[in-house]
Amino acid sequence: MRPKVKSYKQPSKLSEYPSTPAFESGHLVSKNAGWRTFKPVVDAEKCVGCLRCYLVCPDGVVARTKDNKVEIEYDFCKGCGICAHECKVEAITMVKEADEDEI
Amino acid sequence: MKSNRKFVSGDEAVALGVRLARPHIISAYPITPQTIVVERLADFVEDGSLKAEYMHVESEHSAMAAAMGVSSVGARAFTATSSQGLLHMAECVHYASGARFPIVMMNANRSIAVPWSIYGDQRDSLSMLDSGWIQVYVEDAQEALDMMIQAYKVAENPEVMTPFMVNLDGFVLTHTYEPIELPEQEMVDQFLPMYQTGNKMSMDEPKSLCFSTSPADNQEFKVMQHMAMEGSVDVIRQVDAEYGKVFGRSYHGLTESYRCDDADAVLMTLGSVTGTVRCVVDELREKGFKVGVFKIRFMRPFPKDEVMALGKAVSKLGVLEKNISFGNEGTVFTNVNSALMALDTKVQSKNYVGGLGGRDITKDHIRAIFMDLLNHDRFEERVEFIGMGCEINE
Amino acid sequence: MNNFNIRPKDLTDQEYFYGHKACAGCGATIAVRLALKVLGERTYSVLPANCMSAVSFIYPQMAFTTNAIISPFASTGAMLSGVAAGARALGIKDFQTVGFAGDGGTADIGFQALSGAIDRGDDIIYICYDNEAYMNTGIQKSGLTPYGTKTTTSPAGENLPGAVTQKKNMFEIVAAHGIAYAATASIGYPNDFLRKLNKAKEVRGPVFLHILASCPTGWGSKTELTVELAKEAVDSGLWYLAEYENDEFTLNKNPKEFIPVEEYLFKQGRFKHLKEKDINVIIEQRDKKWEKIRKSWL
Repeated sequence: MRPKVKSYKQPSKLSEYPSTPAFESGHLVSKNAGWRTFKPVVDAEKCVGCLRCYLVCPDGVVARTKDNKVEIEYDFCKGCGICAHECKVEAITMVKEADEDEI
Repeated sequence: MKSNRKFVSGDEAVALGVRLARPHIISAYPITPQTIVVERLADFVEDGSLKAEYMHVESEHSAMAAAMGVSSVGARAFTATSSQGLLHMAECVHYASGARFPIVMMNANRSIAVPWSIYGDQRDSLSMLDSGWIQVYVEDAQEALDMMIQAYKVAENPEVMTPFMVNLDGFVLTHTYEPIELPEQEMVDQFLPMYQTGNKMSMDEPKSLCFSTSPADNQEFKVMQHMAMEGSVDVIRQVDAEYGKVFGRSYHGLTESYRCDDADAVLMTLGSVTGTVRCVVDELREKGFKVGVFKIRFMRPFPKDEVMALGKAVSKLGVLEKNISFGNEGTVFTNVNSALMALDTKVQSKNYVGGLGGRDITKDHIRAIFMDLLNHDRFEERVEFIGMGCEINE
Repeated sequence: MNNFNIRPKDLTDQEYFYGHKACAGCGATIAVRLALKVLGERTYSVLPANCMSAVSFIYPQMAFTTNAIISPFASTGAMLSGVAAGARALGIKDFQTVGFAGDGGTADIGFQALSGAIDRGDDIIYICYDNEAYMNTGIQKSGLTPYGTKTTTSPAGENLPGAVTQKKNMFEIVAAHGIAYAATASIGYPNDFLRKLNKAKEVRGPVFLHILASCPTGWGSKTELTVELAKEAVDSGLWYLAEYENDEFTLNKNPKEFIPVEEYLFKQGRFKHLKEKDINVIIEQRDKKWEKIRKSWL
């Protein structure tokens, strides 16, 4: 339900460019994960499935699971922390990327 | 062919041509001397003879923005403007060509304020030469009508996809009545079917239009735009020739040469003044003077080949234009000389600037120009203002 | 009568605005994302020069998965009309045409084209995402920048408290056109926004939605506070949730008591400099506005 990153080769000939400034919508070539210092981690036990985090995510990276809880699509999460801040039951924690690596 | 003659003004001829081209949307904003075009089109939509949506926009800037919206889904758009309106629209004029929308626009050539004047010169459209639009300057009402149809055919060509501006001299042409031949709608429909393009937002294949690029890609798009404009030269010639076959009238491609072959001096013109010059040429030829007139129809793409061919054949060229690029010379003159630079032979050229703010260019002026050209082997002044009402120097 | 409520779980899982390069915690992207979820995939989006177009059309990365186009800055309303008219003329059915313009793009440079589009009665939706300054060019004052805001062109210092004018009253200006439907909203009240979008989708004729969308970069606020701030703007009475339809105004939320404006203002760098007398001006303006609202809209 989200566009996937596609490989893109810088054109070596003019004919490889679109002939006019119009291009396929939803064409992604780069992720945004590198922007992040903290990442949201969801505690599925605590999540009550209210979907507030899903509603207010600027990047659309909060995905609904089958049991109506949520999980994060990390490739495009910028780590803004809105989801964790808005969660009424404190089911989302912002964890420093490096710290997690150490664990 | 069935004859269908009408007696109409230049503006009305444009409206009739537009009706035949069947645009989906007319985005209209009035400005003198273009107004009759949008008035007649409103009449045609009202009386049902044109099945189009008539959109009342609140400015020329919006007129072109709305036309771009129309074109962005692959529909056919028309708008018309003049002078201050064209300048108000300027941002969108550049935008439309960058976006490669095949919009057709009529421009009634009119002076630019200040001083205010509603009368004609060509400083409005010539100041937009670099905007990426194809620009044609027509000579009479019939050519105006025919070019509205040809314009869509050229602009919508998949290799061209470039907007097209049809220029008529304000009042002299827009408000002068002449007999015209009206083509049959069915034949125009066959000549100009609805175009197909991938340069549009589509429900089957969603697109993002008018995107941005980093410096790593921008120049490539501008070069493609340039190449499309250069490529339009052949398309313009083909479409004109095809139009001639179908409708019995064609306009010699990008330029029209009249009695230039063995001429000692040729005057180059733009637009409606050509007719007057042609009369003077005939008159002078009768008196034994070898003179000719060379009508530049298209300023963009610039007819480099035709100008160079003329430069090879003729040693003295005058350029008559209703335009001045302050601090330099007339822009048509600059363009002509640039093309002549590529020649081995040195052509003597001189710029005659007149008709600013609607001043008449008379036969007397033109006779004097030809005598000036014929009587001098070198020109001390590069630019001469003709038809001054007073002495320039004390 | 149709109630236009829509529950979060009824929204499509499809993300139509994804992979954009907006700042972390951007409020405007929330407005765009939710709007497209309600309006659906048969939507043409028109965006003038602004943050939302700057972050989502960077060739070859296209963040709108649906049809979208960048318009000249002043032209959102005009291009919306053109797109809708063109699609109609080609016989395309069941589509939405939506514009996403910022506060400057709406209240300043795009004002004339917006007025024209409403006047034509076109079936379009115009969404103004209001972050209260020209953020894309680096935080300059716009016609919707509130009193006391520090921006790069309304600096605060010894002589000035930041911006000295109040927000233009776009909602009522638009309503005065006799528009089919207009509403204000806030990303702090997403459910209210969803309902208004759902209604906008059904309304024939022009629609104007004015949504307050916080901007951590321009407001000098923490990224996680984006939604909270937009909510507090409403709760402190500095923004309001209302609708206009059939010549009538409706107030959607009438707080019995406002939260202290300081609670909202001092979480933001752009208001940190405000002195007591400036705060009093803000409160005075707010109370005057609410007096009028309560008198005429209730």
